[in-house]
Amino acid sequence: MSDTIIDPNFKAPEPERVGEERGSLTRIVQELVFTVDHKKLGLMYIGSGLMFFVVAGLMATMMRLQLAFPNGKVLDPDVFNRLFTMHGTTMVFLVGMPIIFGFANYLTPLMIGARDMAFPRLNAFGFWVFFFSGFLLYFSYLAAPGLYAAGSAPDVGWFAYSPLTAKAFSRGHSTDYWTLSLLMGGIGSVATAINIIVTTLCLRCKGMTLGRMPLFVWVFLVAAFLVIIAIPPLSACQIMLIFDRYLGAKFFDTQAGGSAVLWQHFFWIFGHPEVYILILPGFAIANEIVPVFSRKPMFGYPIMVAATVMIGFISLTVWAHHMFTVGMTSIGNTFFVVSTMIIAVPTGIKIFNWLGTMYGGKIRFDLPMLFCIGFLFQFLIAGLTGVMLSVAPFDWQLSDSYFVVAHFHYVLIGGLLYMVFSGIYYWYPKAFGRMLNVKLGHWHFWLFTIGFHLTFGPQHIAGFMGMPRRVFTYEEGRGWDLWNLLSTIGVLIQIPGILFFVINLIYSYIKGKKAGDDPWDAWTLEWSTTSPPPEYNFAKLPEVKSRRPLWDLKHPEDPDWKFE
Amino acid sequence: MSTEHLHAGESASLINDPNATETPWRLPSQRKAGIACLIVTESTLFTIFVVAYLFYMGRSLNPPYPAQVLEFPWLGSIALFSSSATIMLAEIMLRKVNRFGFLIWWGLTIALGAYFIYFTATEWMHLIYGKNLTIGSNVFGSTFYALVGLHLSHVFIGLLLLSTVWLLTFFGKIPKDHHEHIEVVSWYWHFVDAIWLVVVTVVYIISVNY
Repeated sequence: MSDTIIDPNFKAPEPERVGEERGSLTRIVQELVFTVDHKKLGLMYIGSGLMFFVVAGLMATMMRLQLAFPNGKVLDPDVFNRLFTMHGTTMVFLVGMPIIFGFANYLTPLMIGARDMAFPRLNAFGFWVFFFSGFLLYFSYLAAPGLYAAGSAPDVGWFAYSPLTAKAFSRGHSTDYWTLSLLMGGIGSVATAINIIVTTLCLRCKGMTLGRMPLFVWVFLVAAFLVIIAIPPLSACQIMLIFDRYLGAKFFDTQAGGSAVLWQHFFWIFGHPEVYILILPGFAIANEIVPVFSRKPMFGYPIMVAATVMIGFISLTVWAHHMFTVGMTSIGNTFFVVSTMIIAVPTGIKIFNWLGTMYGGKIRFDLPMLFCIGFLFQFLIAGLTGVMLSVAPFDWQLSDSYFVVAHFHYVLIGGLLYMVFSGIYYWYPKAFGRMLNVKLGHWHFWLFTIGFHLTFGPQHIAGFMGMPRRVFTYEEGRGWDLWNLLSTIGVLIQIPGILFFVINLIYSYIKGKKAGDDPWDAWTLEWSTTSPPPEYNFAKLPEVKSRRPLWDLKHPEDPDWKFE
Repeated sequence: MSTEHLHAGESASLINDPNATETPWRLPSQRKAGIACLIVTESTLFTIFVVAYLFYMGRSLNPPYPAQVLEFPWLGSIALFSSSATIMLAEIMLRKVNRFGFLIWWGLTIALGAYFIYFTATEWMHLIYGKNLTIGSNVFGSTFYALVGLHLSHVFIGLLLLSTVWLLTFFGKIPKDHHEHIEVVSWYWHFVDAIWLVVVTVVYIISVNY
């Protein structure tokens, strides 16, 4: 394979049929639909994820407008229920998952020196299944009322606790759209995760041992393992729910001996590893960006790998900390308190290793690093409130309050989304050959950071003061007014921040500064090929001898492999 | 140092160490790794259904109960377990490039799998019409049909794969370089068998005490 010589000047002959010229609309659509190229699919994943992000973000804005003042009249209560259900489901399954798969798809083969994923057609299948599962979910707005004229979109919350989903309490088809969409999306996710694992294990270029793999790839390997273990429980309970609703099965029918708590267990057996599936890729991106912008190799590489694998294992044993208020046995409570606290240990190791990498480094405050430092601070806060919530008596007080809402938004926005932005600023030059505009990027960073903290900081306090989540309005004089108003103002500051980001993506695509192959002076293989990379990635498959192959190439007098 | 020379055409060997010793670079097979991942993910799916079955054991509020209606599926189980042996024999024939022997043993595997489906179908007919056990009767009915049915659907998919291989071999020839493709199919079939061992233990041995 490595002897194959591909002529870089080779050009495919122009097609003869009308409408298939390069650049014409039909040709572009055709290329998107037919493609099995991991880079195109990766960008399609990220692009459609960002599209759904805007939709779900607008839903959040509408909810915040409703809650800005007491006795708000912006939305009806049933519309509000649909909005928070669709917001949560969209953000987890149609924004978080596709964006992380996009990063994995685009970068894994480039980083391990391969020409494509292991199963390119399975890859395309995974994308399209995800994409249409999103449409299926949103189609419920049109089709769910059915002949009953019942409610439109699903309104059972993103974890859809039983018996709310029983036929008697959820008439029409809205819950079925939710169920089938998740079932379908799950198939796509598992397909893509298998692809990531097999690619990582079987397509590494010569010399790329597991101990030399970029930490990005390591973390995604663990995250992909979590996907194939955690998604089937979700699919299983969706299948049971369909049986309950359409075949009269009794899984979650409490009157016939079924158990509503079992749904909660099954859902969170999926749900908690899912949180780590979403945040691990954030860690993965930080693992690449922190060393490059501190101009030092990663501090404690083997410990980072060990911590990642530990997080993977422990995250499978913590699910019932979502259920302390259900009333488990004291042994059950204790077990899940302890396991939840233990998982903070490997997570803490990671944070210390990033700090250790930055310590004494020549830090460059470029945009990726800026977002990364924001991530470190915000994820620390999220982790601390997480440890607070892991204490069962504390959780009994604050479960299902705005404190929890603030906590997981600090995890998913302050943690994952900041690293997604950071990763986009870092790899955009690789994908499109042009740098993102720095001025617009700074506007994006500062507006979004101020808006983010203003939105979710006060929610901690509102939660402490007893404000439950998912209420569509509240009375005056409970002490929640100010915090809710601040929160809504925060959203209105975040929106222009996102606007700057979107404008930047489009503006820089057309007018951005040419990036060159290696604008950040980085060390991993993706920067050794052109920007954007050719379809075959590498004309000749590379061969590596250390964790920083590009360093070795740039510094032949002082290569890394002498010290490994 | 400038990176201009790093264009696609030249990014070839990133290391120029003359003293490097040639060590063979071996990686696991993609097909085997892929099917192994599929088996892991399917196992978790089955785990959840098995846990649901065990959790609901003895919790049905109304008959029929497992002890009243379940009979050990001797013939079906023997057929399915022995199909794991016949598929191994078929693979041995494949390695010997004995097309006829391969078709015979592979065909026998298909027949045994098909018999298992027929056996379960008659068992379900008997349960539904004879004993009044449906998926909606009680939680036993729900979990029983869900778990056994999930396994049955896997047998069915396995049969489709097996038949495809048989037909391709019958109309074409044994492709020598496709040995691994067929091995992957047999891994899946062994997995379906192993799952039946779990299902039979849980459903027909443990739960008949309730």
